[in-house]
Amino acid sequence: MPKDKVPDVDVSTIKNKQKRSDIYRKQQAAKAKEKHDRRREQKKIEAQDPSKKEERLKNNVVRTQENTREYDETLVTEENVDEEDQVNDDEFAEYFDGKAPKVVITSSPISNKKTHDFIKELSSVIPNSDVFKRGKKSEMNRVIQYCMHHDYTDLLVVAEDRKEPTHLIHVHLPNGPTAYYRLTSIIQSKTIEGHAKATSHKPELILNRFDTKLGHTIGRMFAALFPHVPQFEGRQVVTFHNQRDFIFFRRHRYMFKSGKKANLQEIGPRFTLKLRWLQKGLYDPNNGEYEWISK
Amino acid sequence: MNNEEVVWQVINNQFCSYKIKTNTGNLCRNEYNLTGLCNRQSCPLANNKYATVREHEGQLFLYIKTPERAHTPANMWEKIQLPKNYAEALKMVDKELIYWPRFVKNKCKQRVTRIMQYLVRMRKLKLKSKSNLVVVKKKQERREKSREKRAEAVARLDNEIEKELLERLKSKAYGDQPLNVNEDVWREVLEGDQLEAESDVTTEEESLAEEDEEWNNLNDEDEDEELTREFVSDISDDESSSDIEEFGNIPLASDASSDEEDSDDAGADKKGKRKASSAPVKKPKQKKQKKRGAHVEIEYENEPAQMSEFNPSW
Repeated sequence: MPKDKVPDVDVSTIKNKQKRSDIYRKQQAAKAKEKHDRRREQKKIEAQDPSKKEERLKNNVVRTQENTREYDETLVTEENVDEEDQVNDDEFAEYFDGKAPKVVITSSPISNKKTHDFIKELSSVIPNSDVFKRGKKSEMNRVIQYCMHHDYTDLLVVAEDRKEPTHLIHVHLPNGPTAYYRLTSIIQSKTIEGHAKATSHKPELILNRFDTKLGHTIGRMFAALFPHVPQFEGRQVVTFHNQRDFIFFRRHRYMFKSGKKANLQEIGPRFTLKLRWLQKGLYDPNNGEYEWISK
Repeated sequence: MNNEEVVWQVINNQFCSYKIKTNTGNLCRNEYNLTGLCNRQSCPLANNKYATVREHEGQLFLYIKTPERAHTPANMWEKIQLPKNYAEALKMVDKELIYWPRFVKNKCKQRVTRIMQYLVRMRKLKLKSKSNLVVVKKKQERREKSREKRAEAVARLDNEIEKELLERLKSKAYGDQPLNVNEDVWREVLEGDQLEAESDVTTEEESLAEEDEEWNNLNDEDEDEELTREFVSDISDDESSSDIEEFGNIPLASDASSDEEDSDDAGADKKGKRKASSAPVKKPKQKKQKKRGAHVEIEYENEPAQMSEFNPSW
């Protein structure tokens, strides 16, 4: 048999294993080559006539979760954003009127190194934040009372399990709400290759895709953690990107190369949040009123 | 009474269902027992004159048994509620058990103390928040882990962030003199903006036709001044005079520093200025829909220098 010729047979009918695998490999290679040729041809044609490429891309739309999503009637669009704002005469209204945030970050009563490291990084991200060591006997209620007494606006508690941070509780003070997140994929700044160093400038904030009513609340809650007016000279940007209910946190330094290109250098850390529940009012796992619980 | 001794003999030597025998001594399980021990003195069955203190739903009661009521078991115990205050409760026990044997009186008071203590401790524990264990659903965790991975891939975070930043830059969210933008880049953005604005005007002529007429009426008076400094583009030959005004106004924004006269004119001419200020406000909204407009052909007859400046950067 000539080398380049590939027999067109069903390989599963061949009983000799060596032969079978040999032919199978050849068939795969031939298939790949055909694809490669086809694409090359296509590229050539499209280089001559760009409209064909446009047409191909227009017809070849991949169905994703994003573009096949059912319409959510709580969606906050540009049209109803005004009435949403009226509704949003909420707990965060004070912040958007210019009240400066003041944040406490602490851990669960028993905490370990990984949690401490994470808390340290978190405090470097959030300006005007204080890290407190949590005593073993200081209960959540007492911590909240303390924070309220000292005019803090937010409380972040990093909970851990098996010596690793696993959850994040975010209490907005003094009237709530309280959000409980699952915390995963923590990557420290120093482990990110080519990371930039953070400066103490107040960062900009990007909140992507917090579109539904719940998302709106959560987005405002995040926004209320950071100073309302950023210091642009720092060129630092903090991103909360919501995709399929996962909230990805990133921090970058950027540089505008031109009007159409911006370079990004990551500062870190990275982590991912997923909302487990949202409670009205302050943290109260026993008697609190749940606004939303993850199914 | 006589039967006291009989009862005790039976309990002690034969059988008592409340009795527990241990290595160190015999204990009693009867709820009315004052000390918990099984002996002659503190046996609630073998004593006709007896008193004890019991707690019921956080309330203290003094129970007293006398030989006078021994024949009616239903009324055998006299139940007296003790005050919640510790000192008052002790005083009450003293008062009720006056002339009683010292043993009973003392033991009753000790019981009051002990019960009070455990009630306080119970309340404290109730207030304390307890940590409860939560199940980690392994299957859900596994599922979420892979979903997270896919979501992250779909999110294309860097692209999204870059897009958002550029949009902010273009929509002038960073102010007129941004600190985070290079001077050259900022100049480019301003020039691009200017181009876009002009193309917007040309593409939206029809939709704005009605507004133009209104503006015509308003600006009729100012036409004389405006006409002195008009810039003409050959695309907009047949458009109304107000469009010409808009063309005329746009260079004012960017070239204000070079043309002092012009800027002075704009300042003096109130109606003209109002128009100029209203135009850029509209821009960002229109821009989103008409981005393709950026490449509309426009030829300037009298501004060759500017074109050459920003051409290479496109």
